[in-house]
Parts: sequence; structure tokens; C-alpha cells
Amino acid sequence: MALKIVKGSIDRMFDKNLQDLVRGIRNHKEDEAKYISTCIDEIKQELKQDNIAVKANAVCKLTYLQMLGYDVSWAAFNIVEVMSSSKFTYKRIGYLAASQCFHESTDVIMLTTNQIRKDLSSPNQYDTGVALTGLSCFVTPDLARDLANDIMTLMSHTKPYIRKKAVLIMYKVFLKYPESLRPAFPRLKEKLEDPDPGVQSAAVNVICELARRNPKNYLSLAPLFFKLMTSSTNNWVLIKIIKLFGALTPLEPRLGKKLIEPLTNLIHSTSAMSLLYECVNTVYIDVNTPPLPSLSLSLCLYLSLPPQLCVQKLRILIEDSDQNLKYLGLLAMSKILKTHPKSVQSHKDLILQCLDDKDESIRLRALDLLYGMVSKKNLMEIVKKLMLHVDKAEGTTYRDELLTKIIDICSQSNYQYITNFEWYISILVELTRLEGTRHGHLIASQMLDVAIRVKAIRGFAVAQMATLLDNAHLLTGNMQRMGICEVLYAAAWICGEFSEHLENPMQTLEAMLRPKVATLPGHIQAVYVQNAAKLFATVLKSQEGNTDSTAAQETSQLMIDRLPLFVQSANLEVQERASCILQLVKYIQKLQQKDVEVAEEVSALFAGELNPVAPKAQKKVPVPEGLDLDSWINEPPSESESEDEQPKAIFAKEEPKHSRPRREEVDEKELAKRREARKQEQANNPFYIKASPSSQKVYQEAPGVEHIPVVQIDLSVPLKVPGLPMSDQYVKLEEERRQKERAEKKKKEKKKRKEKRSGRGKKHDSGPESEEDITPAHQVDIVTEEMPEKSSKHKKKKQKKEKEEKEKKKKKKHHHHHHHSDGGGEEAVQNGTVEEEEPLLTSLKNKSSTYQVVVSVIFENKCDSFLKSMEFNVLDSLNSKLQRPEGSGPHDGLTVPFQLPPGVSNEARFVFTVQSIIMPQKLKGTLTFIVKDSSTHEKLDFKLHFTCTSYLITTPCYSDAFAKLLESGDLKCSSVRLEGVNMPFHHLLARICFHHHFSVVERIDSCASMYSRSIQGHHVCLLVKVTVSIDAKCDEPTLLGNVLDEIKQTFSQC
Amino acid sequence: MIKAILIFNNHGKPRLRTNNTLFTLFSLSNNLFFSHFLPETFHLVSKRDENVCNFLEGGMLIGGSDYKLIYRHYATLYFVFCVDSSESELGILDLIQVFVETLDKCFENVCELDLIFHVDKVHNILAEMVMGGMVLETNMNEIITQVDAQNKMEKSEAGIAGAPARAVSAVKNMNLPEMPRNINIGDISIKVPNLPSFK
Repeated sequence: MALKIVKGSIDRMFDKNLQDLVRGIRNHKEDEAKYISTCIDEIKQELKQDNIAVKANAVCKLTYLQMLGYDVSWAAFNIVEVMSSSKFTYKRIGYLAASQCFHESTDVIMLTTNQIRKDLSSPNQYDTGVALTGLSCFVTPDLARDLANDIMTLMSHTKPYIRKKAVLIMYKVFLKYPESLRPAFPRLKEKLEDPDPGVQSAAVNVICELARRNPKNYLSLAPLFFKLMTSSTNNWVLIKIIKLFGALTPLEPRLGKKLIEPLTNLIHSTSAMSLLYECVNTVYIDVNTPPLPSLSLSLCLYLSLPPQLCVQKLRILIEDSDQNLKYLGLLAMSKILKTHPKSVQSHKDLILQCLDDKDESIRLRALDLLYGMVSKKNLMEIVKKLMLHVDKAEGTTYRDELLTKIIDICSQSNYQYITNFEWYISILVELTRLEGTRHGHLIASQMLDVAIRVKAIRGFAVAQMATLLDNAHLLTGNMQRMGICEVLYAAAWICGEFSEHLENPMQTLEAMLRPKVATLPGHIQAVYVQNAAKLFATVLKSQEGNTDSTAAQETSQLMIDRLPLFVQSANLEVQERASCILQLVKYIQKLQQKDVEVAEEVSALFAGELNPVAPKAQKKVPVPEGLDLDSWINEPPSESESEDEQPKAIFAKEEPKHSRPRREEVDEKELAKRREARKQEQANNPFYIKASPSSQKVYQEAPGVEHIPVVQIDLSVPLKVPGLPMSDQYVKLEEERRQKERAEKKKKEKKKRKEKRSGRGKKHDSGPESEEDITPAHQVDIVTEEMPEKSSKHKKKKQKKEKEEKEKKKKKKHHHHHHHSDGGGEEAVQNGTVEEEEPLLTSLKNKSSTYQVVVSVIFENKCDSFLKSMEFNVLDSLNSKLQRPEGSGPHDGLTVPFQLPPGVSNEARFVFTVQSIIMPQKLKGTLTFIVKDSSTHEKLDFKLHFTCTSYLITTPCYSDAFAKLLESGDLKCSSVRLEGVNMPFHHLLARICFHHHFSVVERIDSCASMYSRSIQGHHVCLLVKVTVSIDAKCDEPTLLGNVLDEIKQTFSQC
Repeated sequence: MIKAILIFNNHGKPRLRTNNTLFTLFSLSNNLFFSHFLPETFHLVSKRDENVCNFLEGGMLIGGSDYKLIYRHYATLYFVFCVDSSESELGILDLIQVFVETLDKCFENVCELDLIFHVDKVHNILAEMVMGGMVLETNMNEIITQVDAQNKMEKSEAGIAGAPARAVSAVKNMNLPEMPRNINIGDISIKVPNLPSFK
């Protein structure tokens, strides 16, 4: 036997192993593919052999070939074979191959379940480890479901090596089989405090990944993580925890406050830069995530660190010579910028400096930051810098990025920061000179937008565009620049539409009809042709005034000469427009020859001015009388019908008789209901134009386009700059303009001062101008929303809300007193001299988002001495807090307002605020008192147990409402079995009703449905069966789980 | 999460890749990986200077702005990790350093040839550090202990039968081409903040 093995291995040593394969591939550089295909044939032969060692060797080679990109999926079964070898060596090869080659759609995976289970329970820790590693790569939902329990057991393995792997893989299992999360979570939580740091770190890792997906569910772990953060020294763990807190703080603002101290400690103490970075990042960024923007502000108040300090720290990073830190600093800075733009803006110099960096990653980050830093004051300066970079930039991607950023920066929030549009137009024109940009359409759309919306700029824009058209050959010069010719689209359109502003329309017309135009893309040619016609009309008009009619005729001739080129165009649009216009011009020429004046009529073709339209303008158009937008054009088929008929339609036999009468069955009420529902839906749909009755009334009598609101702005533009302007000159001009303005202002102020005769004013003179002082030279037709109407609506809504709230409060006001029978809840405390019992009367009150719980405590003096100076104190948790009078600290106790003679009992009430009711709470507390004779302070510890049940209110529910609730699908399901309960069914129900505040909705023979509601409005529905199983549904799964646990406990006690 | 780990050399030849996450996350087929992902990544990484930052925003190439490429260059090899925003950038840089140092210890002066001829071993080492895209262990000593223990087990399993095979492979390896036997961990020009307390 042994001889055979040795012989086998001697045979084997002449087989090719992985190293031989690699060497072979390297030696066959020219015909690699051929060599590998012979190797694959060899491997196929090897796989057919019985010897597992040969097979493993083959699989090992396959793994390598897979990495090189060869398909090895055909060997999946052989991989499984090798995985199931009993030898670790081969098993490892098999699992490695599987982790590299298998994926979810590999069908042999389902054959592996038992093998993996066997390996997981292997006595050899490395067998288990290898199986876990492999599984982490190819786990499927089926595997996850089948193996979840085995892996969960491994989480408490004696060896930390296995524990950490098992903990880590649980994340993959949760992803594939989410149901496993609930049962596994307690154990996962346990592992956070594992003695082995590796396991601890794995658990933190898993919870952080989970919390990224749904942070809300992990809030309850905050105290635990808090403890870890202050105790752990492992930087990996710390970084993960801080990241986790970043996700949690937006949900729980008070956390941020608690975090300041440890975080600042870390910031000041840590030597690890990576950690410093994460801290700074968290304090500001994660706190500021979008859902609660106001939160960030309030948090900033809490935070003892002013944002300046944080930004200062970042500045250190950015100024560091290490490029990585620079990058990260900029990244963090951009996050702070969103919430504290002011504090970042002061570092503009630094960011502009980063624009010069040689590293593209850093430049891109800096560009991102610039976007948020512009103001009216510095826009020109920043854009000037950027333009310099555009010139210098090599590589089109970065230059394109610059270009889009310039346009983004300038056009942001409705051109808010642009004070001089002539400057902007010239910037756009300058950008057209960029080589090889892909963003021609972007520039074009900006030109169009500005020219249409800023009326005052049109004259200037048209002049610029005319120059562009004249020099079109520069733009279309070589094929590389095809992207930029989009600009000509805008130029032609602007020149045509606003042709009255043209200095020399004839010249432009000629430029537009050049034969070279035919090389442009079709859609641009079409615009050329159409706008040439517009220009023609303008030219005719100016020429007909003259006595000499030949000039006009010459123009017509020019059109007739040039247009046939376009009629031949392959582009349909161009062809159609050109032939149409050609015929028109020919007709005009005929009329001209008869000396008929045609200019008026021709220009009538293009009459009418283009005005911007307000987004809400549509609603100003009255609905014509007799048109009901809400009525059906065609009666919709009822839903049940369509369901019935669909299968029938497959067969030809239809029953037309049936459908007719049914339609009539849909009665008026139903229709009204649907209409209402539809209106509701439309009201919620932001894209739907809403009918507003008020505006209809106003405009009903005078319908027409004239009432579309258009903001009229007339500003004269005194500047006329011939030729292509350089945008730089505007920077100077702007300075001058501002100085003038300032001077005027000063004058005014002086006047004012004179009038007021107040002596102090010197400060104003030298002060820098503020944002508001800069008035724009041109204004954008910013189509505004009607503010007054909007705001009034808001008010109404608010009032309604308030009313609703009031009503709610009234409802809640019949407090629900209930006896807290759960005696074990409040531990009766025994002390040498004193015995007290505290059956609680809890009453609950709803107060906005936090809930007040009133706890009545009965103090009974069971000893023989007089008790006085009693002080009641509770250690607050994050969730529940004892309400203390204003001005007292968070740890101060409350004085009990009475003294207790021997044998007497008295009741005191304490108010607690509770944030979340979905988890039971245990609060530790102490009662201090003085026994009169001894005059020493005595202490008594107790626990207050807030069960989830105590937040439920018995609420009656009708069976139909109950059924609807169950159908709604909003509720999550859960079930529990009660073991060893022997009592009549109605006793059982009574017990649940009594102890857990449920009411019976309906009882049918062997089962009963029950209902209750929490003070926060969670519905809890139970279906109790005589077999003592409870199926339950609730919209808050955590709450439900806890309530069920409590029910279970109640019955386990009896 | 670490979505993918790639090692390729100065010419863009892949030396190691963990592609399971590639399959599931970007639904990348093998072909797409070689025709698109690898060359693009190589192009992005290789055109960068030595003294620039080690982070790259791959954008659409790697599935959106949440993902980043974090890489380090050692002599002839690029180590590229593709991670999402839950990982700390500097932490990953440090992980790469730990990985390379571990390779150095395990192969005794690691060089590209080691990675070429012993891909399986590199995978085994990596499996002790990163598991299913999550960081398992960052302590080098711990990693080496576990790797050694497993290798020992392998040796004992091979026993007497393994001896001749080993002898033959030693003979075969004798004429390996002479190549620089070091990927220069000592003089990396990229200065990375030290995280001394990583243990």
C-alpha cells in the first residue's frame, strides 16, 4: 500500500505543477494561447483520474488560468470534489478555487451545503477557517439559510481564530438571508465585548457595515460603542466606531454632544494621522448629513469646538507635503463647506493654491470646493484664475472638467453671483476657443439662456455671436473640434432671433450662407437656414426704406443663389426648411420685380417676441367653461373586471353582455371617492400642474396670453466693445463700477448723516463692501414664484396641523391609568431597617416627539423610626430621563415632598421623558433618606422597569378596521409559542388583556384576534390560538418582539 | 467594504485578483474585466507620478462616486484596492503596507517572481487578512502565525510522499531567471503616516 503511494507520487512528480505551468507560459510568449490550450487538455485528463492529489494539482492550475482570464466554469464539479477531500492541503486548494471561480449562478454550489457543514464542525480549526473563508466569497441565499445556525454556533467557538471569522462572515449571511439577523444579533452584540481584540474588531466591522444600511436600528448600541471608543486602543476599531457614530448622530442629536469630549481628546492625543482625520471628519460631516439640516446648526452650538478650529485642523492637513493628507483634507473641507461655508471661505487662498497642484485628484477636489466659495465679490477673480488654468491644462479630461466647473460656478442658483453679463458672455466666447472640448452644447445652452433671459445683454450678445459666425471657420477648422461647433447653433439662433440688434445684418447673412456651412451637422444647418430667413426679413425691411430698390433685389438673389445647396442636403430637416424658404424667396423676388413692397409682410412671418415663461404660468390660463379636468374621457374598466377578463381574453369566447351592466354598477359614490383619491395623488405629485381656484377667478374674465406674468426689466447698456472682448477688461470695469457705486452710496450716507446729525460714521468709510452692496449691472429675468400666495398656503397648513395636534392631545388626555401588576418589575428592596414597596401607577402623556411617563411611587415605611429628607434619584439613560426642575444638574436628585412616620405609606409622582418606546428600559436609582434618631444618611437602591407593555394602551378596535389594518401590508409579522400553559382559553385571553393592555377584537371558537395601540400609535395585532401559539403583527418589529417576549414571560411565571 | 483587490505589474499584467466581488458587484464578466476594467485601471494608475496622492476617483469605471481606488506602487508592482466609503482611506493604505510586509516575511525578500510562481500562497496569506471584502486581521504577527501553522500542517500531511516531489521541484527551480529579488519596501518614496498602534 505504502509502496503504491510512493509510486503514485513518483509518477506525479513528473506531472506539471503550478510552477511548471507558469514557467511554460513564460517560455511560450509567442504562442501563449496555443500552449495554454494544450495545458487545459492535460488538465482535463488529470481531472479524470481517481487520484485526488492529481486532481488537486489540476484544480490549482485552473485557478491560475482563471486569473489570467480563461473560462474554467466547466470544472466546477471537480472543484467541489477537491473541496471534499479529507486532507487539508487539497481542501485548501479546492476552497481557494471555489472562492475564485464560483458565483451565485454556479449551480454546483447547492451540492456543497453538506460538505461545508461538515467542514464547519471539523475538529481542525484550519478546516473550519478555510471553509469560512471560501464561504464568504460564494455564499448564496440558500447556503446562508441552511448554514446560518452552524455559523452562529461558531461565533462562540473556543478558538478566537474561528470566532472572528464566524463573526465576520455573519455580515454576508445577513445580506443573503436577512431573517437570520434577528436571532443572531444578541450574540453579535456579545462579541463586541469579546476578550480577543480580533473578534471585537470583527464584530465592530460587521455592525458598522450593517449600520451603514440602516443606522436607526443600531442606536441602542450607542452606549456600548461609547464605552468601546473610550477604552479601545486599536486604531482600526476606533476608526470604524467613529464612522459608525457619524451615521448615528444625525438620528440622535444628543449623541453629538456626548461625543465632543472623547473626540476632542482623541484629536488632541492621537499620533495617528488617519485617526485624526476620521475624528475631524466625523465631528462636522456626519453630523451634517442632509436629513436634518437644522440639526447641524444646533449641533454646532453644542459643539464646543467652533468650526474654525476644525477647518484650522484641516488646513494643517492640506498644507502638509503629503499628498494623501492634502487630498483627504480637501475632501473633508468640502463636506464642511456644505454647512459652514463662511468658515471655509476664508481659506480661499489655500484652495486656489491647490488648483496648481500637479496631482489631478487634488485639483479635482479643489475645483469641487471652489463651487461653494464664490460670491458676487470674488466670482470674476476666481473665474479668471480658472481661465488661466484652462489655458495651461494638458489633457482634455481635466480641461473639460474645468470648463464645466466654470459654467457651473457662474450659472449656479440662477446666475446669482453674476453682476456683469457682458463679462459672462465674453467668458463663454473665450471658452469656445478651447480645443477638443466635448462640451460645446453646454456653452451653447448657456449662451441661449443668457441671451433670452437677460434682455439688456441682447445687443452685446448679438454682436459677439455675429463675430463668432463670421469666424466660424476657426471653430470648424479641424475635425477634432467638432464638439465645439454646437456653439454655432446658439450663435445662429441668437443672430436670427434678435436680428434687430445687428450692426451689419447683411454681412452676417452672407456668413450664414457660406458654402462651408454645409459641412456642419444637420441640426445646426437647419438652424442656419431658418435664421437666415429671419435675417433676410430684417435686411429687406432696412433696404426697402431706401429709394434704390436694387439692393433689396440683390439680397433676394443672394438667397436664391445660396439656398439650393441646402435643398440638396441629406438631412431631411435642412432640406425641408431650405426648399420651403427658397420658394418663398422666389415669390418675393417676383413681387419685388413688380415694385411691390413686401418687407412688412415678410417680417410678419417672424413677428412676436420671445419671453421667458414662469414655471407656474400654466395655472394662470383659465380652464375653459364646461371642461371638467377630473371627469373621465372614457370610463375606466373596473379592476375586478380586468382581472376576470384577462385569462378569458386568451380564448376567443368573450361575453360582451357581462361587461356592460357591470360598468353601470360603479355608482356615483365610488366615482367620487376615486376622484378624491386622484386629486390627492395629483396634489402630491410635484410634476402635476395644480388647479388653483383663486387664480382662475381673477383671470376668468380676460383670458389671453398677456396675463402670463413676465418680469419687465429695462436697463441700458452703455458699453459698446468692438470685436471679441477679453473678459479681463470687465474685471477692471467692474472695479470702477463698484467704486462709483460706493462713492454714490457714500454720498447718500453722508446726506443721511447730515440729516440725522449723528456724529459716528467714520467706521463706515473704510469697511469692506458687503455682499448686498454689490448691485448687478444686468438682471436676469428670473422667473419668480408668487411668494405671497405660497406663504399664505403654508400658514394655512400650519394652522391645520396645529389643530390636529390639539385634537390628538385632547384624545390622549383621558390618561390611561393602569395597574402595574408586574411585581417583579420594580424590585422590592430590602434593607435592614426599611422596606418599601413600589407598585407603580404609570400614566402616559403624549407631548410632541418625546413622551412623558408619570410614575407613581408608593413609599411605605416598614420600620419603627421616622424617615425624613428623602431624596429620589435615577440614573438617566439616553432614552429615558427623569424630569428635573429647571436649573438643576442632570445628576441631582428630587426631594420627596413628605416625611414618613413609622407604618405610614404615601405616594409621590415623578415624570420621565421617554424618547423611544420600542425597547424595554431598566433604570437604576437610589433613594437616600435620614433616619431621624441616627441622623445618618441611608441609601436604598432600586430598579425601575419600563416594560414595552406599559406603553400600550387598551384601545377598542372593530373587526373590519382590524381586517383592513392586517391587509394594509405595513405590518411586520412575528410569532411565538407559549410552552406549558394549562388554563382555559378565556383565562388566557383575560390574562393578556389584563397584563398587556390588549382588547379582544373577535373570538371564533379556538382563536381570537386582539388589538392594542402604543402611545406612539403603533398598531399591535395578535392572533391567539387555543394551541397557545400567538401570531402577531406590528408596524415596529422591535416593539413587537419585546411585547411578545413580555407576554411569554408573563405566562412562564404562572 | 473592500470590493476588489488587484495586483498588476508595470506593464499592466495581472498578478493577482480577487474577483468574486467583481462578479457580484459590477456584474463584470471575465471578458469585461480584461477588455475594460483592468486596462482602464492600469491606465489611470500608471500615468500618475510617484509623489502624488494614492487615491483615485474612478467614477463610473468602478461603479459610482461611493467607490475609490486606493493604490500603492512597489518597484514593479501596483497593489490596487477598490473600496467604498465605509473604509478609511489611510487605513487601507496601511493595510496594503501590512500586506506587502507580510509577503516580504513569508517569502523572504519578496519579488515579483514570487507572486508569479506562488499565486496560491499569496491568496492564502491574503485570506488571513481580508475575508469576503472585510478586514479580518491587521496584526502582521498574527497573520504570519496562522499562515505558518497552516503550511506546517500541509507539510506534515505530505509526509514522506511529498519528499520526492519537493526534490524535483527544487531541481526545476534551480534555473529560474535572475531577476531583482526585492520589491523595495525599504525605500518607498510615498510617505504614509505611520499608524504605530495598529497592533
